[in-house]
Parts: sequence; structure tokens; C-alpha cells
Amino acid sequence: MKRILKKHPLAIRWFHWINFPVLAVMIWSGLLIYWAYDPYTINIAGKEYFHFFPKSFYNTLHIPYHLAEGMSFHFAFAWLFIFNGLLYVSYTIFSGEWRYLLPNKKSFKEAGQVLLHDLHIRKYQLPPNKYNAAQRIAYTAIIIMGIGSVITGLSIYKPVQFGWLCAFCGGYEAARLEHFVLTIGYVLFFIIHIVQVIKTGWQNFQAMITGVEVIPNDRYPNTAIQNNPNEKA
Amino acid sequence: MKKHEFFDRTAWESDKKIRRRTFFSFMAFALAGATGIAGWKWLNRQPRQGGALQPLRKTLETNEEILTSAFSEHRLVKTYPKSAAAKNVRVNSLIGTRQNIDVNTWRLNVKKNNGSTLLFSLEDIKKLPEKDIVFDFKCVEGWSQVQYWSGIPLKDFIVANGLQDETKMKYMGLQTPDQKYYVGLDMPSALHPQTMLCYEMNGQPLTQAHGYPLRLIIPVKYGIKNLKCIGTMYFSNQKPPDYWAERGYDYYAGL
Repeated sequence: MKRILKKHPLAIRWFHWINFPVLAVMIWSGLLIYWAYDPYTINIAGKEYFHFFPKSFYNTLHIPYHLAEGMSFHFAFAWLFIFNGLLYVSYTIFSGEWRYLLPNKKSFKEAGQVLLHDLHIRKYQLPPNKYNAAQRIAYTAIIIMGIGSVITGLSIYKPVQFGWLCAFCGGYEAARLEHFVLTIGYVLFFIIHIVQVIKTGWQNFQAMITGVEVIPNDRYPNTAIQNNPNEKA
Repeated sequence: MKKHEFFDRTAWESDKKIRRRTFFSFMAFALAGATGIAGWKWLNRQPRQGGALQPLRKTLETNEEILTSAFSEHRLVKTYPKSAAAKNVRVNSLIGTRQNIDVNTWRLNVKKNNGSTLLFSLEDIKKLPEKDIVFDFKCVEGWSQVQYWSGIPLKDFIVANGLQDETKMKYMGLQTPDQKYYVGLDMPSALHPQTMLCYEMNGQPLTQAHGYPLRLIIPVKYGIKNLKCIGTMYFSNQKPPDYWAERGYDYYAGL
């Protein structure tokens, strides 16, 4: 017998794994579109440090001259992105999973401790919960970013019909920049996410597939998790 | 309210049961992944319709239907003061404008439903009251520029020349005199109050690169629909051929 944690409900695993390729297609097709007009740079004190994106980057990914293809994929897969996102958010609301995901009063203070722990600056026992404070903030922020992508996306897609939305974003050009920045945000999220998943180990990763995690005996010693006689069937 | 605690979600399970569940979960995961990859390959194998993969073309058409049901001709494009307009107006394409036009022999050909063709000289068109528009011209590539155009609203031209029966059809088609560039417009967009037949830019007659002597300015569409140098106007219930829609772009291209 082993102690297991029912970590991720089936629905959330589906939404998560559907989102991954759908978002990948959105980012790829978005690049095909962005290439046709790629004005963004990182400038500090008048000096250009980085141009989104260098020629070699475009060529490696076969980006150039696929604007029409990019648009046709983007405006089709956007439906999947939106519906999957809506289903996920609705599910977390109706199932009560939101309780593990939304940051609470303590989260912002605790997130700092988690960060210090992750950077090996400080020893810190993660509290036994489904998600730690930093995760709660990250997983809520990514949903807000998703909503932001839909709002800025609709503003660029139909700036006349959704003129009010476009104005809310600060205009057509601003909406395009915001849409781009959010996408960069997804890529950064993805990188950190992958690093954290690798660091946390196989048990944690496979829970996103099987739904359950086996709790090792040496984790949370002398807590109710290891010695709960009531459930020992 | 039920207290959602970490402990609520823990249980004791046999190694055998854990192994079984892990096995079946990974099988299901692999199957779902394979289905996704197969679906992607299937999609990319589909025939192309107007340069776009058929399922994506159908989706673009569905998007158009959903959005046109919400389209209102009262929803106007934002306008700007003339001082905001660019002095150096961007030229992105010369397709259909490479022919030198003699304005004395140039005529706008309007094909009526009864088979007859009406001919208009630039002077005929200028008889209607001139209007200005300063708006943010948007290219399908993503750039935009505030530009100042003058001419006559297309709707005024329709009414003044008794073409109301023609505009009961679903689409309007426009072609350059050399027929190298052509667009199709859904009628509600063509009759939008800001859609204009323009002969001036920044208060000056159009240059050849900007569509001399007469071009379309349709602020509710991307630049690709703003045909330069109009030769022929016609009406149809079928989608008229459209240069960029034949090259993978959305036919509607509305904003």
C-alpha cells in the first residue's frame, strides 16, 4: 500500500494537454503574421539591443512569406483556444478547484519565500497543499493573460466592429503590441514551467497524465498525511 | 462550505492498482497524442481552396457569417483631423496600376443587370458633392497609417445613377482597366457610408501609384480591398473573383 494524492482531475488534465498544442499552433501562426510587419525592438537609451526577430530565427523556423497561411490557421485555432479556455475556467469554478488555484491573502508573501527556496537561497518547507503560493499566482496570471490575448486579439482582428474594445486597449497599434507582449509572456511561462517540472521530478510530471501522485514516505514526515489511521483501509 | 484540504484528496492504494492506472493513463495519453498528430497531418493534407486549406477556408467563411450578422453600417471607422494625416503615403503594391491612364479616354464602366454598360468620365463623377475622409488605413500585413482621401461616397454614386436595383445583389466586383487586380465586396460593406470613390489624396489628384484617376477607399476593409485605378464595376450574387482571396487570404477581409 502506498499513500497517493489525487492531484489533477481528469477534466483539468484534458484542458491542459489540449491547450499545449493549440497554443503552440497559435504562437507559430502568430509568428507567420507578425513577420509581415515586425517593428518591435528592445531599445535602451536610444540603442537597439534586440530586434524581434533576427533573420536567422525566421529562416530556421521557415517563417517568411506565410502571412495568408498564418492568418488562416490563427483565426481557426483561436476558436479552440477560446473554447478550451472557457471550459477550463468554468470547470475550475463549478468543481471548486479554483480554491487551489486562486492566490489568497497569504500567497503574495509566501510566493517570495517559494522563490527564495527555488533559487536555493533559503531553506523553506513547502506547505503541504496542491499548489504553492508562487504556483497559484502563476496559474492565475496565465488565465488573465489568456483573457488579455482574446481581448487584444479581437481588437486587432476587427478594430471597427470591436471599436470599443480596441479603444479600451489603447488603440489598434497598442493592441497589437499588447498581443505580442502577452505571447512573449507565454513563452517565458513555458520555459519556467518546463524547468520547474523537470526539477520537481517524475512523480509530479506523471500526475498531469495519471492524475495521481504517490507521496514518498519521507515527505511531510510526522504529519497527518503519513499517519491518518481513519483512511487506512 | 466543504473545507478543501490537501488531506481530502489522499488515499491508500495497492501497488498493483497504482501500476494499472499508470499504464492505462499513459496509453490513453499516447493515444490522444497520436490522434492529435494524425489530425494535424490530415489537416495539412487537405486540398486548398483559394490557396487556403479547405477546412481553414470554411472556418474563415464561418467567421465571416458570424461577424456579418453583427455588422452594422452605422458602426463608423474612427476619423482624425487632416493635420494627423501622413504626408508620405505608403505604396505597398503596384499590381493593376502599371498602365499609363489617359484621363480623357478613361471611363468607369458600370455593368448593369440588364446587360447595358454605363460610362462615366472623371468629370461626371466629380459632379457629386465631394467628401473627405481621414482615417487609419490598415494593411493586412499589420501596419497602419492615417491617410486623407477625398472623393464621393460610393452610396451617393449608386443613388445618383439609379443603381439601387443592382445593389440588391449580394456582391459588387471591381477591376482595374488591365484586369490584373480585382476585388469582390459584400454589398453592405460597399454601401457603408464611409466607402468612397476617391480622386484626391492630401488634397491633390491621385498619383499613378495611388490609383489615378479613381480608386476605392473602403475603411471597413483591409488595404487589399481598396482597389486602385477602377476600370469596371459590376454586381453579382456570386462572389466575384478576388485577387488576394485566390492567394490564401480571407475573402471578407473586414475590420
